[in-house]
Amino acid sequence: MDLEEYRRRARTWLEANAQDGPDGRAGGASDPGGVAAAKEFMAKLYDAGYSGITWPAEWGGQGLTQAEERAFAAEAAAFTLPTYVFSIGLGMCGPTLVDLGTDAQRRRHLRPLLRGEEIWCQLFSEPAAGSDVAALQTRAAATDGGWVVDGQKVWTSVAQHADWGLLLARTDPDVPKHKGLTMFIVDMHAPGVTVRPLRDMTGRAHFNEIFFDGVHIPAENVVGRVGDGWNCAVTTLLHERLSIAGGVGMGGQKDNPVAFEALRRTADTADPVVRDRLVELHIRSRALALFNQRLAQETKAGIFPGARGSAAKLLLAELTMFQADLATSLAGPEAVAWIEDGPGDASPGGTGNGEGPGVGTGDGAGGDGGTAGGDGGLAHAVSLAPAMALGGGTNEIMRNIVSERVLNLPPEPRTDKNVPFKELRTSGEAPR
Amino acid sequence: MRLVPTPEQRELRDAVCSFLAAASPMPAVRRAMESEPGHDPEVYRRLAGELGLTGLTVPEERGGTGAGHAELAVVLEETGAALLPGPFLATTLAAILLTETGEKEILAGVAAGTTTATVVLDGNRALNGAEADVVLTIDGDRVLARTDGERRALRTLDPTRRQALVEPGGEVAAVSAAGIARARDLFAVAVAAEQLGVLRASLEAIVAYSRIRVAFNRVIGSYQAVKHRLADMHCTLEQAESIVRYAAWAADEAPAELPGAAALAQAYLGRACFEVASGSLLLHGGIGFTWEHDAHLYYKRAKADEVLLGPPRVHRARLADLLEL
Repeated sequence: MDLEEYRRRARTWLEANAQDGPDGRAGGASDPGGVAAAKEFMAKLYDAGYSGITWPAEWGGQGLTQAEERAFAAEAAAFTLPTYVFSIGLGMCGPTLVDLGTDAQRRRHLRPLLRGEEIWCQLFSEPAAGSDVAALQTRAAATDGGWVVDGQKVWTSVAQHADWGLLLARTDPDVPKHKGLTMFIVDMHAPGVTVRPLRDMTGRAHFNEIFFDGVHIPAENVVGRVGDGWNCAVTTLLHERLSIAGGVGMGGQKDNPVAFEALRRTADTADPVVRDRLVELHIRSRALALFNQRLAQETKAGIFPGARGSAAKLLLAELTMFQADLATSLAGPEAVAWIEDGPGDASPGGTGNGEGPGVGTGDGAGGDGGTAGGDGGLAHAVSLAPAMALGGGTNEIMRNIVSERVLNLPPEPRTDKNVPFKELRTSGEAPR
Repeated sequence: MRLVPTPEQRELRDAVCSFLAAASPMPAVRRAMESEPGHDPEVYRRLAGELGLTGLTVPEERGGTGAGHAELAVVLEETGAALLPGPFLATTLAAILLTETGEKEILAGVAAGTTTATVVLDGNRALNGAEADVVLTIDGDRVLARTDGERRALRTLDPTRRQALVEPGGEVAAVSAAGIARARDLFAVAVAAEQLGVLRASLEAIVAYSRIRVAFNRVIGSYQAVKHRLADMHCTLEQAESIVRYAAWAADEAPAELPGAAALAQAYLGRACFEVASGSLLLHGGIGFTWEHDAHLYYKRAKADEVLLGPPRVHRARLADLLEL
């Protein structure tokens, strides 16, 4: 089938089966029905041949090329598919197993993952290992027929729905930190696994904390080799960057109360200062959009963008902060105080939420964008804005990457490289 | 939309780049800027004649090469990076104005590289106005041209490019309101391309220096205080290049998008170029403040270019109008 025909059929299928609705983020703990509906959709997507388009056919994929995947993505961009809960599995865990898993692991896990029957999460970051992930402390000790895991993970998306997790844990504290790690497949329903929603600064729980308390993992669930976990994690993170880059800019701007189009409707553009601020937003937005388009064109032409993608991520983080800051500043007092549960109230955050955080209802959109933020939409936007500058690498880490890998400047001094992990300093410890 | 140079454009860039590296390296730029004409006439003669660059965007039937503004942008980026002194930009702006308004006679000499020309800007200033063979004045929907008139050389911040007060006016050479409007946008794109070159060269200079300059027993490029600034400057470069490619593409392929693209190009590039040039100068430390070091030449060209087509607020106000704010 030629590409045009493939694309035409994809469009026909999407028109028949995909509704333009929420992306499945709303399918939180408070809305188990959302996840059930998402699973139903995913099964249909798989059965139609549009899940795992480039994955090997022997493991349940379609065995097609990037061209078909791009064609499908281009058609799907017109819809909002409820695939959010599967995104970690499809974008990171699954591709890692394709690359590094044993045949038994691939046979067991990949088809249910692609068909949405099982949900995956990724378990790398820890409270004391953020930018420095290889400093993680979660311990996996060898035992009869497997491993016993104790420790804590954090910033874990979709863990509250997950059946499986891709875990990075320390198996040898006597060697330097990058050398003593191992990757595992962990059953999220196993005894000793506790998933707790992590309430972030928006007042909602976009992520979870995971506690491992004597959790047993069978030996056959090791991914790659014991002690080679860092290299495995690099593979996973590479897939993460690719999947983020692929999805960047997919979100619609039409309902975003901090976007240029909303601000021009709500701000007083007779004021030359306001007008100039909006011009600045236009300039920055166009500059980044054009840079992203240029990177995409280069990639298509076979020029691999490499670490320049980190420049785009840094710019997006700065633009996100600038935009939310600008929108709230332009709106004035009503951006930060509004009538709760008023029409279109967009933020369940704030105080007194005794039931624990509501999980991601109405995420990101916030009102109809037709008012100057009197519905909490702007307050939510300014609360959410730092996420882009922190998730997937802080701005400072991005600057290190750009300066070292694009400009070829010297790397940071690495005093931890050849020291056994157990001798390294940890945060809060008195200076040695 | 095309944002990546074609193989032919890359070849053109390489050709201009190696010509300038041989004919007008920085020591030669310094000799030229201190010489009586302010530039090396031989370099200009070869650039216009041998390389045919003054006729680059002039249609073939009017004696030019018939290339696009994407090609011109690639060339101006290199002449900017080399801080080429002399009337190349002035004559290029004149060629754009004459091409867009359908003038033929003066354009033939400009395209052949035998006539230098300049365009009167605000305040009756003109780039290389003292020595230009022809002075063009935009008067409403008419282009006036004269070869005579009083010329008075000005002192300039940027020693690598001269300006003069000129007498506007002359004979009517062409009439075209639409052509003039489009030419003004193309001026903005052309200057933005030069600014991209100045920006890139400024960044390359400080990146190279930060790899060899040692302080406290480490090269300065190993300090985050320095390398994070350079990373930010690289981000600026990436966006600047994307905007220039877009504006040049719009000039060639999407005339309806040109006004917005041109205003965007000037609004972004003017600031970006000066910020990177000044950041580069400052990170050089004290040596950057000396006459002997080239950093100040880039800094001064960046400032001169930022205000060349009017104060920066003019471009921002134009964007506001185009966005119907």
